[in-house]
Amino acid sequence: MSNRYEMRFAGSGGQGVILASVIMAEAAVIAGLKTVQSQAYGPEARGGVSKAETVVSKEQIWYSKVTLPNFLLALTQASLNTYTKTLAEGAVVMMDDSLDCPAYLDPGRVIAIPILRTAKEKVGKAFTANIVAVGAINAALQLFTDEELMEAVKRHIPAGTEEINRKALDAGKELITPEQAAAFVHHLG
Amino acid sequence: MSKAVLMQGNEAAVEGAIAAGMRVFAGYPITPSTEIAEQSSLRLPQVGGHFIQMEDEISSIAAVLGASAAGVKAMTATSGPGFSLMQENLGYGAMAEIPCVIVDVQRAGPSTGLPTSPAQADYMQARWGTHGDHPVIALSPSSVLETYTLIIRAFNLSEKYRTPVIFLMDEIVGHMREGVELPNPNNLIINQRKPSFHDGANKQCYYVPDGQYVPAMKPFGRGERYNITGLAHDESGFPTNNTQVAGKLVSRLLAKVEDNVDDIVRVEEYAMDDAETAIVCFGGTTRAVMSAVLEARAAGKKVGMFRPITVWPFPEKQLKARLPQLRNILMAEHNHGQMLLEVQRIVNDGTPVSFLGKVDGTVITPAEILAKLQEMEV
Amino acid sequence: MPSNLIHQYMRIDHLPHIWCPGCGNGVIMRDVAVALDELINDPDSDFDRDNIVIVSGIGCSSRAAGYLDFNSIHTTHGRAIAFATGIKMANPKLHVVVLTGDGDCSAIGGNHLIHAARRNLGLTVICFNNDIYGMTGGQYSPTTPTGDKATTAPYGNLDRPFDIALLAAGAGASFAARGDVFHARETTAIIKQAMLHKGFSLVDVYSVCPTYYGRKNKKGDAVEMLKWQRDNLIPMNRFNVMTPEDLAGKKPIGILAENDFPEYSEEYQKLIDRCQAKK
Repeated sequence: MSNRYEMRFAGSGGQGVILASVIMAEAAVIAGLKTVQSQAYGPEARGGVSKAETVVSKEQIWYSKVTLPNFLLALTQASLNTYTKTLAEGAVVMMDDSLDCPAYLDPGRVIAIPILRTAKEKVGKAFTANIVAVGAINAALQLFTDEELMEAVKRHIPAGTEEINRKALDAGKELITPEQAAAFVHHLG
Repeated sequence: MSKAVLMQGNEAAVEGAIAAGMRVFAGYPITPSTEIAEQSSLRLPQVGGHFIQMEDEISSIAAVLGASAAGVKAMTATSGPGFSLMQENLGYGAMAEIPCVIVDVQRAGPSTGLPTSPAQADYMQARWGTHGDHPVIALSPSSVLETYTLIIRAFNLSEKYRTPVIFLMDEIVGHMREGVELPNPNNLIINQRKPSFHDGANKQCYYVPDGQYVPAMKPFGRGERYNITGLAHDESGFPTNNTQVAGKLVSRLLAKVEDNVDDIVRVEEYAMDDAETAIVCFGGTTRAVMSAVLEARAAGKKVGMFRPITVWPFPEKQLKARLPQLRNILMAEHNHGQMLLEVQRIVNDGTPVSFLGKVDGTVITPAEILAKLQEMEV
Repeated sequence: MPSNLIHQYMRIDHLPHIWCPGCGNGVIMRDVAVALDELINDPDSDFDRDNIVIVSGIGCSSRAAGYLDFNSIHTTHGRAIAFATGIKMANPKLHVVVLTGDGDCSAIGGNHLIHAARRNLGLTVICFNNDIYGMTGGQYSPTTPTGDKATTAPYGNLDRPFDIALLAAGAGASFAARGDVFHARETTAIIKQAMLHKGFSLVDVYSVCPTYYGRKNKKGDAVEMLKWQRDNLIPMNRFNVMTPEDLAGKKPIGILAENDFPEYSEEYQKLIDRCQAKK
């Protein structure tokens, strides 16, 4: 299972973490990689814990679920606390910087950035937080090209919203420093 | 750029059904099948078909049977609770020989259970859910692409044998997204309805020539009036209390499937040639089993996978053929042991059968399968 | 005329029917056949023998589908309207006529009735309403009057009854009417109008069941029961001019609701046209 790259996206219902997960999977398809995407959710459409998973590999993926994620995105304190308990060794945790980082995490593997604030203030729409996150994730991990990622976004947004989503992607990308990009780049096995 | 697109299992069910010629969908929303209704409502008017949201699952399958009797391939989709509500009319479809496809995206039960969590506990309901002796064909896909191709086969079998076909999905496959490259529609084999015999010598609408099993189907409104009923009926389609005629009818309905298992049954095997241990699984469980088999093989263990694609009738002949080489069998499924009963029946105490199941809505992991193999001293 | 009608529109191989002597169902079946005959022979209507589908559920009423020589489907208990919905959606050119009973359409099938009325898909529902479950031997139905006896109401029925025509109208049916067995000519005309109506139409036809309902409730024989209909079910034109005193305990027969609402399959065709134009 070493060639699998397992990603988990967690937040509260309505934050769009499932769409973030779907867009990463779509980008993988566009890039010619294998991928399986799935999600778990409760009865709430808004609020409640929402969890989505994307597995990416160069090879056929059998088991479709994430067991020990190599990457975690957490947008709420509850999801951060819950899902940092089961991580692969050396996993990267991306969290909104408004959250308290659990002490047991290796600070060298944590990317704490203002995803929610950037969406609200810089992009101007709080609901673009998931796209900001997607931009930041790919800037750090560099799994896909910018073009592949933008195409993936386009396939999952309403027509006429390309500009604001491009703005969100770019804003997310800018949250990652060159040092972080160098430290977190992932090459699929 | 790859030609593949990211597609959800439930979405693939609709695309496959439309490719197979489905032009009426009648359904009622229920998690985790709802995307099938949603996608049908979006896609059907684009291809000149009709989507209708009915008031419940009972009317959904009734409308599907009505549409099919009127000459249009039709489908409904539901999950366990709704599937239970459909059972009476499912039997009607079998008795009146009206083709249709019923998708059951299984979730954890019983009752309302865990609506968003996976299970495979409708396996026996698919076989024995309706009352009375009746034929059943049920197919179960394990990937998004297979959902597309297999649902086409579900329609084809339904038309060929004039019987409802159950498409037994589970939440794992229904809600999973994978990159798929759909086959060229021109390369698909689609069974259209057989022409009617009515133009020939015999005008009986349920007339079956000697040596055949299935009467030709005449849709309503094409110039030859006939009667359909769920009562025991003779070849004219009218009710009868003649026990000989009734017995002959039910026997023929059962024989349609029993005598044609070689045509109906499909199995996928992986690494079975030299396997001493077979892991039997179906649907979404296959994903964890395949991961486990690959790891076990990497560790030098002679483990293979045996997956019924046709889950009803169970691939008895195919499993029996493997028994001489097997030291043991592991049945892995998301229930308390339903397909297990079929495996045990076939093995008949000849080979030890172990079981790994789940009833809590969680997904069986490869690690759990490997641990079970260890416990079995594989 | 009657024997000609029987030869032309009934499956004589499957007669005699199973209904008891004195049962009103045969009269209603005849009304349906006459209405269809008139429509088939009307050069302005597109009714023909082969584009008519008779759908029935389960119960005494529902055996009529097998006797009428059209495309016919005898379905499961309560589900005739749901089957009919699928037939009409699959082929909106078909004229779909549902023959049902009070139990079939307002108890076990009540949910389908109200939703079909609301949807306004072009089906015609003829309810053979005999106030009782006849096929199973005389249990009370949703139209059995309060206090009346049945095999499951040996001390008198505690339930309050439905008025099926008003129920359909209340659920939004664009055509709801009431008829009866005694006023066969009027009822035939109402049925014909229902069949011509664009949209969902229902005719609640009061039948008589002397064998179970009549005997249990000392209503006399079939003739007595028909006399009751004569005296208590009043064609609308007379009903409208009667004094309140004369109307006590009486009900009108005729069209109770008639509206020009959009018909579902036509609306759906517009949707198909819109979707296909976009492509």
